[in-house]
Amino acid sequence: MTTKMMGERVPRVEDDRLVTGKGRYSDDLVPGALETAVLRSPHAHARIVSIDVEAVLDVHGVHAVYTYEDLPGPMADPLPLLIPHPALTHGRTQYALAKDEVNYVGEAIAFVVADNRYIAEDALEHIEVEYDFLPPVVGIPAARAAQELVHEDVPGNRAATMHQSFGDADAAIRDATHTLSLDFTIERSASMPLEGRGTVARWDEDLKRLSVWTSTQTSTGVRAAVASKLGLDLGQVDVITPDVGGGFGVKIMHPWPEELLVPLAARSLKRPVKFTEDRREHFISAAHERGQEQHVDVGFDDDGRITGLSVHFWHDNGAYTPYGLIVPIITSTQLLGPYKPPNYSVTFESLYTNTVIVTPYRGAGRPQGVYAMERTMDAIAAHLGKDRVQVREANFIQPEDFPYAQGDLLFQDGRPLIYDSGNYPELMDKAKALIDWSDFEAYREEARAAGRKVGIGIACYVEGTGVGPYEGGHVHIETSGKVKVSTGLTSQGQGHETAFAQIVADELGVPFADIEVVTGDTRRSPYSVGTFASRAAVMSGSAIALAARNARQKALRIAAQALEADVDDLEISEGIVRVKGVPQSEIALGTLAVLSNPLRYAFDEASRAATQFIVGDPLQPPVGEDDEPGLEGKDYYSPMRCTFASGIHAVIVETDPETAEITILRYAVVHDCGTLINPKIVEGQIHGGVAQGVGGALYEKMAYDEHGQLQNASFMDFLMPYVTEVPDGIEVDHLETPSPLNPLGLKGAGEAGVIPTSAVFASAIEDAEGFPITAMPISPSELHALRLTHEHDRARDQDTIERSNS
Amino acid sequence: MKPAPFTYRRPTSLTEALDLLAQEPEAKVLAGGQSLVPLLSMRLSSVPVLIDINGLPDLARVTVDDSGVRFGALVRHSDLLAHEGAAAAQPLLAAALRHVAHPTIRNRGTTVGSIVHADASGEMPMILRLADGTLTVASSRGRREIAARDLFVGPLETSLAADEIAVEAFVPALPAGSGVAFDEVARRHGDYALCGVGAVVALDGAGSVEHVRAGYVSVSETPAVVDLTECFPDGEMTARTLAAAGEMAVGQLDPESDIHGTADYRAQLARALTARVLKAAQDDARARAAQKVSS
Amino acid sequence: MTMSEPTSEETVPVRLHVNGVTHDIVVPPRRLLSDALRHDIGLTGTHVGCEHGVCGACTILVDGAPSRACLMFAVGAQDVELTTVEGLTHEDGSLSPVQQAFKDCHGLQCGFCTPGFLTTIAAGIRDNPDPDREDARDMIAGNLCRCTGYQNIVASVLRAAEIQREEEAS
Repeated sequence: MTTKMMGERVPRVEDDRLVTGKGRYSDDLVPGALETAVLRSPHAHARIVSIDVEAVLDVHGVHAVYTYEDLPGPMADPLPLLIPHPALTHGRTQYALAKDEVNYVGEAIAFVVADNRYIAEDALEHIEVEYDFLPPVVGIPAARAAQELVHEDVPGNRAATMHQSFGDADAAIRDATHTLSLDFTIERSASMPLEGRGTVARWDEDLKRLSVWTSTQTSTGVRAAVASKLGLDLGQVDVITPDVGGGFGVKIMHPWPEELLVPLAARSLKRPVKFTEDRREHFISAAHERGQEQHVDVGFDDDGRITGLSVHFWHDNGAYTPYGLIVPIITSTQLLGPYKPPNYSVTFESLYTNTVIVTPYRGAGRPQGVYAMERTMDAIAAHLGKDRVQVREANFIQPEDFPYAQGDLLFQDGRPLIYDSGNYPELMDKAKALIDWSDFEAYREEARAAGRKVGIGIACYVEGTGVGPYEGGHVHIETSGKVKVSTGLTSQGQGHETAFAQIVADELGVPFADIEVVTGDTRRSPYSVGTFASRAAVMSGSAIALAARNARQKALRIAAQALEADVDDLEISEGIVRVKGVPQSEIALGTLAVLSNPLRYAFDEASRAATQFIVGDPLQPPVGEDDEPGLEGKDYYSPMRCTFASGIHAVIVETDPETAEITILRYAVVHDCGTLINPKIVEGQIHGGVAQGVGGALYEKMAYDEHGQLQNASFMDFLMPYVTEVPDGIEVDHLETPSPLNPLGLKGAGEAGVIPTSAVFASAIEDAEGFPITAMPISPSELHALRLTHEHDRARDQDTIERSNS
Repeated sequence: MKPAPFTYRRPTSLTEALDLLAQEPEAKVLAGGQSLVPLLSMRLSSVPVLIDINGLPDLARVTVDDSGVRFGALVRHSDLLAHEGAAAAQPLLAAALRHVAHPTIRNRGTTVGSIVHADASGEMPMILRLADGTLTVASSRGRREIAARDLFVGPLETSLAADEIAVEAFVPALPAGSGVAFDEVARRHGDYALCGVGAVVALDGAGSVEHVRAGYVSVSETPAVVDLTECFPDGEMTARTLAAAGEMAVGQLDPESDIHGTADYRAQLARALTARVLKAAQDDARARAAQKVSS
Repeated sequence: MTMSEPTSEETVPVRLHVNGVTHDIVVPPRRLLSDALRHDIGLTGTHVGCEHGVCGACTILVDGAPSRACLMFAVGAQDVELTTVEGLTHEDGSLSPVQQAFKDCHGLQCGFCTPGFLTTIAAGIRDNPDPDREDARDMIAGNLCRCTGYQNIVASVLRAAEIQREEEAS
């Protein structure tokens, strides 16, 4: 029997090339390609009066310069609004190159193609743009006030107002024993992969065919966009995703202007053309996420059980809405987490500001929703003087409640919000055990005696993963016995080549080392969606399992003929089909691959071996009516709805009484992503998510000034954590509640680590300090300011008490 | 993010370097390049001529004697940090160098380069000031020494003339009976400090505090040094006298707010760090005295 | 609008010594060493993540010392020995201790920052063959990784040192 691979900590097959410098990222490809640079708006809001590119002609080594005027056909239309929604009444998207107006610092205005990037950047300095300044709208308060408008035809700066509810939240809150009214804010951060965006294109004039390599999370999406915008047939465009240096959501936005401009230039110049984004560009012209202001009204009973929950939040969508309302819709639905309030009402307003666009960043709206809900749970506990864990437990959906519908809410995929499976009480028991929740008060007393301040925080989440509509898998057994697997979604470091090979090894009974997985290549998989929403393992993993089962079935059918046995008596291991219990009766999969194709050129060992077997009916056509030549399996997986992963994070922090520095003492994660394919990879995903969460909670924000200038557009000032800022050790425990929705019981794991981090740090810092934390991220400087405010308030209250007593 | 074009010169003698600079006063000198290259790449700065002095090995020397530590313009932070003689003669150097960026940057970046960059957020300009060091500069007109107190004339501004190259710095040895300490608070480990404090505390024969000076990073326009001796009239460091020293220091500093911290917070850090660092410097002085007695 | 003109920026001949091989190239003085390695010599294992010296993805060894290739000019790197990630691999093509350790410990995900970590750690365990956990964290404190949360990179440092000691013992 072949060793079972599912659930094993298999080392990654990707690593050999990546640790030896042989990875192929977009900027490594097509040496000698012309290089490009983009003139970006230095102003947050302005009308373009004129653009003069005349002087660029004097720069040696420049091949072309494009402005809006030079964009042909559909390229001159606004970029697509990828996910329209009826509530998005005022959706707006930018042009590939700005037409008449710029709406954020960084918006693309002109595109230069030159011998190299140095010369392209020189050329930018020779472009003269005359602007008419317009007042910029920066930040949610300014957007709400709407004294100035981002788009003059969008009243109130409001792209959308959306409402969903079940039950009667207002009535329930009115009638509740206790009520609280709470306000929270959370700031922007960004995906910030170490590799920025990058695209290379080559036009083959002989074949009339365009090859595009792009650092994307969706090769099929880019392909469709390029074909349509350049007026090419889909069949003329290949999009290949090379090694991608991280994505985290920002590379699911498509097409970026440069993903169209590079192919356009390559076709018209008949030379390969490359765009490699630099870090400053990534800050000001890619995408951000997270910025929201939230208002929560909640009614609850003496046990802390929520009777009514009403949420209104304001979502900063930046200057345009290419990605529709996905992020705020997720916030508004995933906010409910593992809890079951009987009455819920949520309204959000998606607002324009003169800042970089907001599109999904790992977690995609969930961190904000979890933050609002978990802050509310802590507030309820504080109000009642109860343990924070007890209040959460009182509100948990119970294991017997599944499948559990959150009223009639619709999720991001437009489908009902129905949780498939989970066990939240058991997760909580594991979390409490992992962080020693019950022993913390004793530890706090010890610390206090030594003059130290410590606090503990806890936060829960539920995450809809494996969002549809579909992914496909293709499994091809070659005559060598090697298995070539393809799926259309892309990889940005998740280890898909390894995880998917593990699935195929088990399903097909072939050695792991004989399997090669290719992702994100439209030549191999023209139908696919992309890698986001923790969907790769669930969607492509399932599709590949189904495809492998089809290939297996065909192999067994042919083997049954060749070995003159019954299919049910066959087994496959180590790539050999055997008749159970009959030692000499066997045939290799490679030989079966030969037999599956009536055209048997005897090119290899397997072909020669195949001559000793007879398959097929001489009275039928060589390829049967419902058959195909070749030993392949193909299938698509398309679930009714998402599967819901869950987890709980807990953290212990110490805050310095003098410097307000925040130190992480312990960090614990308990999570449930259903069946684990490769625990090593899952834990890696959790570690990385937690580190990004630490960044988002304690270090990272987008510091815009009132003019809409991003003041920290560098790694010097945007404080992504180094190893020194993340916990030394993250304690992880798994719970496996399989999903009933897919063949392997999988749930997604990619985003989980980052989802409850802002919530859990706010909880712990609040616990250490004894005053509410309502704005995240929080820096030592901000904590210091809060201390002074609360000292001042306490002194004033004390003063009032003393005066009223006297 | 690519630099604008420039002409590159790599002189083989200091004389040649000085002549090149005299001919083109707009030229910039490249030693470690850890601050200059990013500025060029971001096109926040551009130069007609870059004079690379890395071909002048004479400038890569560290010499230590009883008077102090002398290090040339090509001495990398990491070399100075690893130099045992330098650490013994003036322990402030190593104490502060450990906080300069990360080891990889210290492998290329030069201490003299950091000093002439004159960033009040940099550790080494302040250390030169605190230790009462000097900088030797040369031009085709000759050489001169600039005392640290006369060197830093404004934000990122020194009293060097356009045709002068800093060739070496001198930091006096720590006087007997003294101790030092350095600490800082940065947003991330290795970042520029929100506030950093270095101190030299001198004890008299009886172990009583005789003289106290502290230097400050990131809380003033130019590297700031404050004499805090008067806060310890009884020669004792107590919670009360240390707090008074912190207050006195803050009174002479001028922290500013930026996206990483408010002026108020930086002042709080200056207070807290002053107390911690002065205490640590006193402990260091006592430890040194004890060591001397025992040796 | 398109046009075509000859390139005429001043260039200089540059001789670089990389991984024991001498390369002669002709580049403008402003050519960053990172770009020269990647695009003029074709050693694309050295990655560029920020071009202002903060992320560490482009870290190479300059005479054995970890240095940022994006903060040096090619023209200024002629008198030194450069080692890139490609040069870490043993001559027989097998993985060096640090490369093997990253594979063993899942010390990488997307792999983009990895070459900078590998060169830094290779030098780190040469200078300190028996690092403890704190030493391991210090060793990698100047390199950014957005994928791994560093946990498995710290483990990789310790494992790399272990493999190196085993190799030396045998």
